[in-house]
Amino acid sequence: MDILQIFVNGIVLGALYACIAVGFSLVWGVLNVINMLHGSFIILGGYLTFFAWFYLGLNPILVLPAVALLLYILGFALQYLFINKVVTAPVLTTLTLTFGLDMILYNLMTVYFTATPRRVTLDLGSIDLAGIVMPVDRLLGMGLALLLTGVLYLVMRGSTIGRAIVAVRMDRQAAALMGIRVNRIYAITFGIGALMAGAAGAVFAMVFPVTTNLTGVFLGKAFVICVIGGLGSVPGALVGGLALGVIESFAGFYLGPQHAITVGFLLMLILLVVRPTGLVGVKGYE
Amino acid sequence: MPRRALALTGLAAWIGLLAATPWVADNYTVRVAITIAMFSAMALSWNLIGGFTGYPSFSTAAFFGIGCYVGALAQRNGVPLVLAWTLATFGVALFAAALGTIILRLKGHYFAIGSIAVVEVVRLIVSSWGSVTGGGDGLNVPLLQGSPDWVAAKVLYVMLAIMLAAFAATVLVDRGRLGFGLRCINQNEDAADMVGVDTTRFKIAAYALSALFCGTVGAVYASWVGYIDPTDSFSILLTVKVPVMALLGGAGTVFGPVVGAGVFVLLEEFFWANFLEWNRAILGGIIVFLIFFLPGGILRLDYRRLLRRALELREAKQKSPEAAE
Repeated sequence: MDILQIFVNGIVLGALYACIAVGFSLVWGVLNVINMLHGSFIILGGYLTFFAWFYLGLNPILVLPAVALLLYILGFALQYLFINKVVTAPVLTTLTLTFGLDMILYNLMTVYFTATPRRVTLDLGSIDLAGIVMPVDRLLGMGLALLLTGVLYLVMRGSTIGRAIVAVRMDRQAAALMGIRVNRIYAITFGIGALMAGAAGAVFAMVFPVTTNLTGVFLGKAFVICVIGGLGSVPGALVGGLALGVIESFAGFYLGPQHAITVGFLLMLILLVVRPTGLVGVKGYE
Repeated sequence: MPRRALALTGLAAWIGLLAATPWVADNYTVRVAITIAMFSAMALSWNLIGGFTGYPSFSTAAFFGIGCYVGALAQRNGVPLVLAWTLATFGVALFAAALGTIILRLKGHYFAIGSIAVVEVVRLIVSSWGSVTGGGDGLNVPLLQGSPDWVAAKVLYVMLAIMLAAFAATVLVDRGRLGFGLRCINQNEDAADMVGVDTTRFKIAAYALSALFCGTVGAVYASWVGYIDPTDSFSILLTVKVPVMALLGGAGTVFGPVVGAGVFVLLEEFFWANFLEWNRAILGGIIVFLIFFLPGGILRLDYRRLLRRALELREAKQKSPEAAE
């Protein structure tokens, strides 16, 4: 296979990865909470999209905003009811709590949805551009993923809510003194994290089969991308996602697909030790 | 020290009860007793780093799994049983010491992720290295000699011995310089460093100790079940269960992990028998309950206050005393 083709495959995959990780990165960066629910949120988004498409015959792209909104509500509620109560506790507490919540959500999904791999098939064919073959649904997925990530970036930069989130991230106490309701911002941030995960899941289900067994895989990828790209910033997730996509694509081709994930994790471990702030990360988060 | 004597008597009675199961109870109960001893040893081990030092370590499954594989591979290559177990013990401790020098430089979330990533990387390496480890097909481990009842009793006594060794190590650490240093690190690592605690060495020692017994437990487990595979040996559930047990009993205390492991395994057996499909959700529910209602663990509950409140409630005739808890 052509090196250029492998690279392009990596970029397409990387855009999806960026979309997967950006919500996780946001929650981690702002709340200082590792959200172990993230993988399940992605799968939930994917499944809901599939069901809406398969049983109700709806257009998956039009379903996407509805799924994202549902996930936002779920995320907001979880943060408001549970995580806000321990948000300043040590890592062990918050991480264990989100893991416990994830086990409940995961269990609910496996019982009610079963673990059958499901995929929205769009049948859009593929295009051939100067020898580089690319299925159209993947390109569409990449476009949607980049669009979503871009919209989040603009929201964080331009909107009042976005500015408030950034303010809370920078200094929680000062933000509170300026009249920002920190707990509400936390819940909104967590909701946005879930929203991005749900949307990413919806996009993913249009390109690859999703199953509940993938929750851990997606969570692992989000970890790796955050460490590669750095925490709490949209560009960081984008750089990390694209980097991981390209690395996995090459590692998969040259070493075999089963090693692609190992390489990502090894790279993360090395980066953790050598440069914990990531490639474009900001200092100050632990 | 009447409280400590009381607690020690309780522990001795508990161990005696577990040790008596092969003579008085059926195979199922013996299996539960083995599981309790096994998880007690691991929870005690985890407590050394996670409880005393406050480092959120999630690499238990890596230590356990490596112990499984080292023990199994050594035995398959003709190493006698006990030597294979010893090899697993020290192999894992060495691995942890080496790993510790690298990842203990990380703090907080980064350490947590680093320690989770270690489990994943080791699991992936074991799965891909098929020529040695059997890959995803797993490995058969030479069976222990003797009748099933005899094997179960043997495994139980070995696990109880490991549990006791882990407990003894915990007591020694708790009373010694190491424990003092680890608690200083938990309070404020920078300050501990400044007043002359060699934080790096202390942390590595705690980390290696926390791996030591997990390695033995893994090797004995492999001999007990006779078959291991990567998914089972490096399970993320195991990684989370062990800290949860220690937290349930009371992290950083000497007796907490034993109490937590006992309560947890019994709860799990109960739920496993009755709600098989909901096992995971129930475990999640226990975690959520633990974080919100028992943040210090069972041993740190203020029982006198609870009792007083229970009595008050009874006087008010609103609720029964059990419901007050």
